Amino acid sequence: MTVQEATVPEGQFEEVHSPGVPPPPDVLLEVRNLRTHFHVMDGTVPAVDGVSFSVRRGETLGVVGESGCGKSVTALTIMRLLEIPPAEIVAGEIWFDGREILSLPEDQMRRLRGSAMSMIFQEPMTSLNPVLTVGEQIAEAVIIHRKASHKEAEARALEMLKAVGIPAPERRLRQYPHELSGGMRQRVMIALALSCDPKLLVADEPTTALDVTIQAQILDLIARLQRDTGASLLLITHDLGVVAEVVQRVVVMYAGKVVEQGSVKEILESPKHPYTKGLLASIPSRGKRGDRLNVIKGTVPNPFRMPVGCRFNPRCPYAFEPCAGHEPPLDQTGPDRAVACWLYTKPPVGAEHQASQRAKADADGSAA
Amino acid sequence: MTAMPDQPATPPVPPPGSTAPGTAPAADAPTATAAAAAQPLVKVEGLVKYFPVLGGVLRRKVGDVKALDGVTFDIQRGEILGVVGESGCGKTTLGRTMLYLQQPTAGRVVLEGEDLSKISSGALRRRRSKMQIIFQDPYSSLNPRMPVYDIIGEGLQAQGVKDHATRTKQIEDSLEAVGLRRDYTRRYPHEFSGGQRQRIGIARALALNPAFIVCDEAVSALDVSIQSQILNLLSDLRQEHGFTYLFIAHNLSVIHYISDRVAVMYLGRVVELAGVDDLYERPRHPYTVALMSAVPEVDARLRRKRIILKGDVPSPVNPPSGCHFHPRCWLWERLGKPEICTTADPTLTSTGPAHLAACHFADRMAEQPEVMLRDTAAAAGGGNGASVAAAVSSTASGGAAPEPTPSAAPASTPSAAPASTTTEAPSADGTGTGSPAA
Amino acid sequence: MTSRDDPAPPGSTVFVTGQGTMPVDIAAPADVAAADVEVALESLGQWQLAWRRFKRHRMALFGLAFLAFAVLVAIIGPIVWPYDPLIIPGVSGTNPGGDSPSLAHLMGTDNNGRDVLQMVVNGARISMTIGITSMLIAGFVGITVGTLAGYFGGWVDNVLMRVVDTFFAIPLLFVILVAAAFFGEGKVISLVLIFGLLSWPLIARLIRAQFLSLREVDFVEAARAVGVSDLRIAFRDILPNAIGPIIVAMTLIMANNIILEAFVSYLNFGISADQISWGNALAQSQNYLVFGNWWWAFFPGIAIALTVIAINFIGDGLRDALDPRTRL
Repeated sequence: MTVQEATVPEGQFEEVHSPGVPPPPDVLLEVRNLRTHFHVMDGTVPAVDGVSFSVRRGETLGVVGESGCGKSVTALTIMRLLEIPPAEIVAGEIWFDGREILSLPEDQMRRLRGSAMSMIFQEPMTSLNPVLTVGEQIAEAVIIHRKASHKEAEARALEMLKAVGIPAPERRLRQYPHELSGGMRQRVMIALALSCDPKLLVADEPTTALDVTIQAQILDLIARLQRDTGASLLLITHDLGVVAEVVQRVVVMYAGKVVEQGSVKEILESPKHPYTKGLLASIPSRGKRGDRLNVIKGTVPNPFRMPVGCRFNPRCPYAFEPCAGHEPPLDQTGPDRAVACWLYTKPPVGAEHQASQRAKADADGSAA
Repeated sequence: MTAMPDQPATPPVPPPGSTAPGTAPAADAPTATAAAAAQPLVKVEGLVKYFPVLGGVLRRKVGDVKALDGVTFDIQRGEILGVVGESGCGKTTLGRTMLYLQQPTAGRVVLEGEDLSKISSGALRRRRSKMQIIFQDPYSSLNPRMPVYDIIGEGLQAQGVKDHATRTKQIEDSLEAVGLRRDYTRRYPHEFSGGQRQRIGIARALALNPAFIVCDEAVSALDVSIQSQILNLLSDLRQEHGFTYLFIAHNLSVIHYISDRVAVMYLGRVVELAGVDDLYERPRHPYTVALMSAVPEVDARLRRKRIILKGDVPSPVNPPSGCHFHPRCWLWERLGKPEICTTADPTLTSTGPAHLAACHFADRMAEQPEVMLRDTAAAAGGGNGASVAAAVSSTASGGAAPEPTPSAAPASTPSAAPASTTTEAPSADGTGTGSPAA
Repeated sequence: MTSRDDPAPPGSTVFVTGQGTMPVDIAAPADVAAADVEVALESLGQWQLAWRRFKRHRMALFGLAFLAFAVLVAIIGPIVWPYDPLIIPGVSGTNPGGDSPSLAHLMGTDNNGRDVLQMVVNGARISMTIGITSMLIAGFVGITVGTLAGYFGGWVDNVLMRVVDTFFAIPLLFVILVAAAFFGEGKVISLVLIFGLLSWPLIARLIRAQFLSLREVDFVEAARAVGVSDLRIAFRDILPNAIGPIIVAMTLIMANNIILEAFVSYLNFGISADQISWGNALAQSQNYLVFGNWWWAFFPGIAIALTVIAINFIGDGLRDALDPRTRL
């Protein structure tokens, strides 16, 4: 109990490289042991607490988790869009395109944001400027980042609106955001985000506010544009269905930590972490009619009183001795596959129950 | 009124087995008593709700939002009728109007044989104990300045439970019934998590011991793991109390999981109404098919060939002529844009046993590969088997949906809707499945 | 499926579905409740929470402390302070405008040798009385009118709001001066009534706006759905949620009316000269400022300024404290 911090170093996942060393060139974005905390009146919220993952060039990575798991804060930290204070980036490195960007001065970061990396938000209405026309907003970004002339910028804006499938783009160019429907606004957001050919597109719940048929349009559009431009996509979502259909690799987050990561097929078909299993089994769908849904008991932990040890252990049906006292490291269990759970890592003490617990968990997991 | 648990739900009927696949409404009736079998719990007849659109300097009425445009159906005792559709289809208005929280423009609702449009406002207020509503947003649906005791007790008091001790017991009983502690009565909403708040909202409805509950997107705002807790709770409560639900949701997976029958709504109308398994296996309206195909499925075996509908839902102020769906309809285009769809308004007609659809070409749906799952082997696990050949044909005919011609949609729309984005097709949209993971 | 020698975790059972074995929580309600207990925040009432948020505003706390002090002075000051305002002792020094501040008279005296500190203390009583009572009158009338308009809507709303519009359309200062001149008779009570009855429209308008937006909120719909009567909804469900902005507006009205009193009294339309308010202390001092007796004008003036600033700080603090959206 007392020495586990020393005995179990965090961030053992092999993909994460030692501090200060740039990742290999095929990795566009690498987040290393990122800790973003919020200092509020009642204390400190460890919203992101030791998160590591990487996005390769041209790849789509999904970050999934329920509200409060820290997925959006991770995205905002990558974009350096957090208000500091109350937020504080306590530790970590973010390598983007061969550079560590957490240490970049704000003016350089501003140049990067919107050009090399850009973001799509859940609610386009709040991220578009209501007093500028759609065309002006896209053109403005192009002028700032590409030093383009007004004419060039306007041509680019028109080109982008066409690319995102907005009908009558010449007319739309002169319209204001409130004149567009939700789906159209999200298309404009995407056009704006892609107007300067970013290498990384961060999409935070881009379709959550949309209807399902519009969501299908937008997901299709994002996938197509990403294929065409070769940009990497970091997709933040709570919807495992969206993940299943769009991304290649998945990072599952819970209470500020990465609990599992791997290819979308592996995560959805053979989840290892009890939280991932529970989440997948909670989804109501065909084939579960008439059965009780699986329930992850309880609710997400109070951020001011995070459970000691594994943060999932109070809700975990497989919890055994080490879980309540020792935090499991994110250990690699296969190529490009990692899980933070004592069922898969040799626990520091009390390992005797591990084998049987794991057999049970595997039995559940392989069937899911 | 006695304490809730002491008094069993009005229908002393074991709820019809929600577990039996393909339970048709008719199959529910025999399990009910003879009286209950004779009449449905709720009858909705030609329900219409228009909201005036004011415009100009003088704020004159310039049109109507046709939120509900003639909706008719019955709900049997103990049944869960799912209502699904996109935003603006009128499903929320349907729930509110059925409870007379909004006065219908026309039509009527009959609850337990009583025409609610004919009773006085005082009588209606007393009748509210029989029909309840659970809201979507667990934050806005609880008064932030009231303790749980008053939130739940308000209704009891209004329904004449004046005695403090009785009321307290009923409040605590309903808290317990939804899985919260009895001593939470003095707490305020902000002290609870979203899931707990939703439980309080359910307890409020439950405390009045209603027969009929409208669940208006009751689980839509919740995280997946909390959503499953609440869905289980709603199923349990139905088992225990024999509740009848109108379950409104935009999430088809949720609807499929919980409903016995499903009504699919589009622009203020029911376009398809059928038993849940029947609907999912043999959809007869092209909109239903498109809606189901658009759902991102975790389980690859449950995916359908994706149909990407063009454009947005048209404005309900000025719906398209003929069939309201035709400007976005993939079947219409595939059939060579038959004229009847632009001129005649299809009515909800029977297309099979207990299966209604409002489409001129409902009989042509069976031959469309989109109706099938991509991998029908999985469908066999969930319900009735289907041939594997269908799966092959569905993938083989990829790209069969013709590219939308830009001129088509706007031309058929009589007048441009104010929202100005409606009915126009984003021509760039392909027909691919757009799923690199698949 | 596999040999499972472990007992299933408590509160869950395992049964076989088409997809395999899966732990299913059957004892959900009890379990969930148990787990929920830790999550619930510590139990704090609405007002306790508001107080916590208020305390974060240092300036608001300062304002509150100052106002409390001022009210205290207004209540007990005239009792314990040894000078009677109606006794005219005469000037002891050479300045005909009054004695400069000294140990005996901390804020100096006026041309008649009356203690200025004493005037400030007495003035506090009158200013506080006028500020607080006129605020309460404005609040009462405004909340009633606003609630009626917002709750009934239709023609009631139309009539009441046109009345409110009229109040906003007329030059209020002129009306106040005329009213004070004709009906004031230099009495405190008249000024309270005049100020109170002229400053409610702002509150009525605010309350009505709150009603219009709150009427559509889900919890109001929920109250209707369980059969709560309309009148009860208006006063039990809507009004408590509308009260935050109203309290803020009322503090501003209080500050405003204190300034108005000083202003009207300064123009000699207000409190009669035989009573002492901050306004007529200022008014009387102006003729003697040529003698350089700055203290006579300065101390009542600073008292007005500090009080008004303090009230405005409190208003700022309340704005945040009473907004339930403000998170801790």
